Amino acid sequence: MTIQLNQIQPVAGTRILGVGGFRGEQVVDNEAIIGPIQSSDEWIRQRTGIATRRRANPETSILDMAVAAAGESLEAAGLTADDIDVVLVSTVTYFEQTPSLAARLADAIGATPAAAFDVSAACAGYCYGIGQADALVRSGQARNVLVVGVERMSDFIDPTDRSISFLLGDGAGAAVVGASDTPGIGPTVWGSDGSMAGHISQTTPWLELRQDQGEGVPARIAADTWPTLRQEGPSVFKWVISSIPEVARRAVAAAGLELADIDVFIPHQANMRIIDQLVKMLDLREDVVVGRDIADTGNTSAASIPLATERLLREGQARSGQVALQIGFGAGLAYAAQVVVLP
Amino acid sequence: MAYTEQEILTGLAEIVNEETGLPTDSVELEKSFTDDLDIDSLSMMTIVTQAEDKFGVTIPDDEVKNLVTVGDAVRFITGAQA
Ligand SMILES: CC(C)(COP(=O)(O)OP(=O)(O)OC[C@H]1O[C@@H](n2cnc3c(N)ncnc32)[C@H](O)[C@@H]1OP(=O)(O)O)[C@@H](O)C(=O)NCCC(=O)NCCS
Repeated sequence: MTIQLNQIQPVAGTRILGVGGFRGEQVVDNEAIIGPIQSSDEWIRQRTGIATRRRANPETSILDMAVAAAGESLEAAGLTADDIDVVLVSTVTYFEQTPSLAARLADAIGATPAAAFDVSAACAGYCYGIGQADALVRSGQARNVLVVGVERMSDFIDPTDRSISFLLGDGAGAAVVGASDTPGIGPTVWGSDGSMAGHISQTTPWLELRQDQGEGVPARIAADTWPTLRQEGPSVFKWVISSIPEVARRAVAAAGLELADIDVFIPHQANMRIIDQLVKMLDLREDVVVGRDIADTGNTSAASIPLATERLLREGQARSGQVALQIGFGAGLAYAAQVVVLP
Repeated sequence: MAYTEQEILTGLAEIVNEETGLPTDSVELEKSFTDDLDIDSLSMMTIVTQAEDKFGVTIPDDEVKNLVTVGDAVRFITGAQA
């Protein structure tokens, strides 16, 4: 006899029920960081559109940041931690191999025994998370999923590095995904290309540091050997403008819409020049609202899209029910896009 | 069919015009992208990407720094055509 197992009944639709955010408490202007990289306020503004970036106070942990954003998103969704079945954290700056930050977050907000795990997809991480949350809720595996993109990039920065340090900020953005009679999350178009892994990467893999020590005694990691982030900026820029517009078009088509239906465009906040170029190449509607949080917050990797979303809604530039195209891209290289209805 | 050097120059001038607003007739072979046309490295990457599309060639990232003048780019694209 063939054994038949029970399978969960899928639910019809999902949507984002609420978003929340937390930005590092310190407002760090260009003057404060240009010394060690022999740069200037003018150069940074002209190449990146960044005037200030937000960085966390020393005593504010990455968990604190995640808790703050999560709490705000639950409140916006009108739910409590008890309603959450899965906590999913996207981050590349949680410096403990195990346990996951998601498990600590679930405990800290009282969502135990929710399933909890971390995702490593860098600047694509939030859209990876929304894609998984949508699938988990729609399959019936979870009632509601809390997705948090959180980065304390300042822990991963070499202040003398000219390739990426000056772009980066600290922040957390959160969204709650749950069931909905009207579908509000389009199919996720995602992928990766590890042949370009070296374009954005950690200076030294952990294991190499350990092997360096000899005698089997891991020495303390000195400040100058602490791995930090580097990128080949021009190559990353070229990859984004040559491949990301097509990903965006596919996500819109997959949702059954046209580019002209997009009210709000929320790309990863990598660099204002990239944002402007994408807007131009996608030929979006004249009145489309564009997330430009990077100017004051900097590039917060996995947190940048939910932070930009949270701000557009809070400031009334965008409103609930509008159709937004969100797209993340970065280290991997990895990318993910989906159309969502704003909560 | 391969593009002639003149066709490539004309096409490149259109791309530069689209990206920077400079008049197409200012895009001449001996002009330096940086010093004469005031094109920074990010605009240069945009121009390179558009040129790849337009002329069906690949311009490796490492090659871009060697494209100092418009003539360098025209010659590279001419040679890169199959
Ligand atoms: C990082 C980035 C701003 C660098 O700008 P760029 O114009 O590409 O810089 P380049 O490396 O080509 O250098 C161009 C010139 O600026 C100088 N320069 C580079 N970094 C500099 C800095 N931080 N400050 C001042 N000058 C700098 C270089 O020395 C070079 O000068 P030269 O022409 O006299 O030799 C840019 O490449 C970028 O943002 N890329 C997109 C990547 C991105 O967004 N990544 C996020 C991933 S999610």
